[in-house]
Amino acid sequence: MTAKADACECPPTEEVGSYPEIDAFCDTLPSYDGALIPVMHKAQEEYGWLSRDVLLYISRKLGVPASKVYGVATFYSLFNLEPKGKFKINVCLGTACYVRGAENVLAAFEQELGIKNGEMTGDGLFNLGSIRCVGACGLAPVVMVNDRVFGNVKPEDAKSIIDEYLGEGGEAV
Amino acid sequence: MINIKINNIETEVPEDSTILEAARGLGIHIPTLCHLDLHDIKMVNKVGTCRVCMVEVEGRRNLLPACSTSVVPNMIVQTNTPKAVRARRTIVELLLSNHPRDCLSCERNLNCELQSLAHEMGIREIHYKGPRLHSEKDTSSYSIIRNSEKCVLCRRCETMCNEVQTVGVYSAIHRGFETVIGTAFDTPMLDTACTFCGQCVSVCPTAALTETDDTRNVWEAIQDPNKFVIAQTAPAVRVALGEAFGMPVGTRVTGKMVAALRRMGFDKVMDTDFAADLTIMEEASELIHRIQHGGKLPMLTSCCPAWVKFIEHQFPELLDIPSSCKSPHEMFGALAKTYLAEKLGVAPEKIVVVSIMPCLAKKFEARREELSSGGAISDVDYVVSTRELGRMIREAGISFNMLPDEDFDDLMGESTGASVIFGTTGGVIEAAIRTAAAWLDKDNPAPTIDFTQLRGSEGIREAVVEVAGLKLNIAIANGLGNARKLLTDIRDGKANYHAIEIMACPMGCVGGGGQPYHGNNIEVLKQRAVSIYAEDKDKPIRRSHENPQIQKIYADYLGEPYGEKAHELLHTHYHVRNII
Repeated sequence: MTAKADACECPPTEEVGSYPEIDAFCDTLPSYDGALIPVMHKAQEEYGWLSRDVLLYISRKLGVPASKVYGVATFYSLFNLEPKGKFKINVCLGTACYVRGAENVLAAFEQELGIKNGEMTGDGLFNLGSIRCVGACGLAPVVMVNDRVFGNVKPEDAKSIIDEYLGEGGEAV
Repeated sequence: MINIKINNIETEVPEDSTILEAARGLGIHIPTLCHLDLHDIKMVNKVGTCRVCMVEVEGRRNLLPACSTSVVPNMIVQTNTPKAVRARRTIVELLLSNHPRDCLSCERNLNCELQSLAHEMGIREIHYKGPRLHSEKDTSSYSIIRNSEKCVLCRRCETMCNEVQTVGVYSAIHRGFETVIGTAFDTPMLDTACTFCGQCVSVCPTAALTETDDTRNVWEAIQDPNKFVIAQTAPAVRVALGEAFGMPVGTRVTGKMVAALRRMGFDKVMDTDFAADLTIMEEASELIHRIQHGGKLPMLTSCCPAWVKFIEHQFPELLDIPSSCKSPHEMFGALAKTYLAEKLGVAPEKIVVVSIMPCLAKKFEARREELSSGGAISDVDYVVSTRELGRMIREAGISFNMLPDEDFDDLMGESTGASVIFGTTGGVIEAAIRTAAAWLDKDNPAPTIDFTQLRGSEGIREAVVEVAGLKLNIAIANGLGNARKLLTDIRDGKANYHAIEIMACPMGCVGGGGQPYHGNNIEVLKQRAVSIYAEDKDKPIRRSHENPQIQKIYADYLGEPYGEKAHELLHTHYHVRNII
């Protein structure tokens, strides 16, 4: 993966879609060395999740074996291999959050949304998940909704956080 | 050089040494599991994942892995302190706590690095009771079985597949306790770009990767009175099979192998070497034809099924350069069910062809639809590896070491020295050049036989061979990573060769994925290659076209080399394949 040129010049038989957003991002990179994770981040940011097609596209674009791309995608819990809701609620279960009651916070969100950890609401609006330490232990317990961080969350805060997003354009979805 | 002290012994070692290397230099044994350094073939796995080699270093609070810790000046290492020994034992016990421990019925029983470690450490009890990883076996391919439950995550297969062979089928998938070494999207092996070279099996320390077992099918065929079962043996088997019976590495056991196969109950014992001579007739004709008629150059040899599958997946735009010749055992199969059936008066449907091969890719190859008569009668029915043959001989209660030497059966059993050297890197091209030289240089009463410039063990070799005023540029690669380099140059128009020989395994078939385990010692492969050339030297005839049975088969049945009948039976075509 040293060359900047698209590494795979041969015509693989499994057709993949075209992803101009990935191409555009790759064009901004000085080299494809070490580019795999940033490109995967970008793809997830664009499409919400990483489909088989997208992963294959990235594999061929960067000349990294598909097995390696899949390995990285399954290693980091941050990468979604299934479609996600519009708002991704992630409760941190890292050590600091856990000892400050994150488990109860997660349970409260499960109850409010009527789904289990790892599931998506029927209307495709919310995803509930757990993450490991986000590096904001001073704010424990921490909940993230997309990129926004909520600190010192108590179980009874779950409803108001959800309501905030429902109001913010839930109907539009 | 720097000075260090290990177990109170002072020593001087090169600066880039690891503690493990320094200790080995002093004859101090530190147990290892994931570590594997086969630098001759660039297979170096120093990932430090298993922690079995932990040692104590003065001034360091934690134990350090000897395999991946570099020495520093005045380092003081203790390998056998109670703390280090206890830690290593704990690590092995933890590995065993997540292992099926069905050693008695395991393929690697008595030949397993994890089992040896447990033995060496005197483990009698496993103190840790925890969850065990449960995972389905992948038996989809016809060549390799993956059993993740027996995997110790040493990553050797991954290093071999990704870095040495550059195929990239394996990666660590998932995380933590759930980690398995798997394929992209958990694709079954059959649907991946795996070439089935079997080098991952060769370096796997346990039975996480093994060959598909075809021995049952073969025994059934032998016992079926309605079947006429013919064995054929590849060149590299005869210089390695002896190892399975404790003979010194490189012992040539051709005659004993024939005797054993006959005692096992095969109706005929014949030689793939005969078919290798046939391959040379076709391949040398094709090469001369391509050179004289402005055909596509370079021509690539096509005997190695792993290499053929590699080019189908990785270089689909180059599928017109490999020779169209079937591999020798497939040629043999095609003729066994036509020519031989006719000569012996046996119906082709009754004939079962069993190939004894140093190779696991041949198992997949035998299932290719195009390698059959109209998809109905397969050229080759079963392929068993050298290892499987060793097991079968033992199962049959045959005292291999005491067997007399016997000869192959007639009609397709005679072979030349040229065919024997198919078993090692450089051998196929040398065999082809021997015949091409004799054909092109008709006036020369004694054309060259030994083209030593084509021999060796380096991954990529080049040579110019002058034949009848013609300068032939030859390249040879062994190992698929080396093949990739040559193919990339060809694709990019940077290489100018007439002929190229490629073998997927290190050192060629002597290092095949179906050979007896080399015990992580490349010298074993080199010794087998020496024996191959010794077998060649001892053959009364050393050029393929001079084989009387070959001359007979063309006169009686095939007609002209590279002619119509030969094309129908002895040539094939290739497919573009997906990369996953």
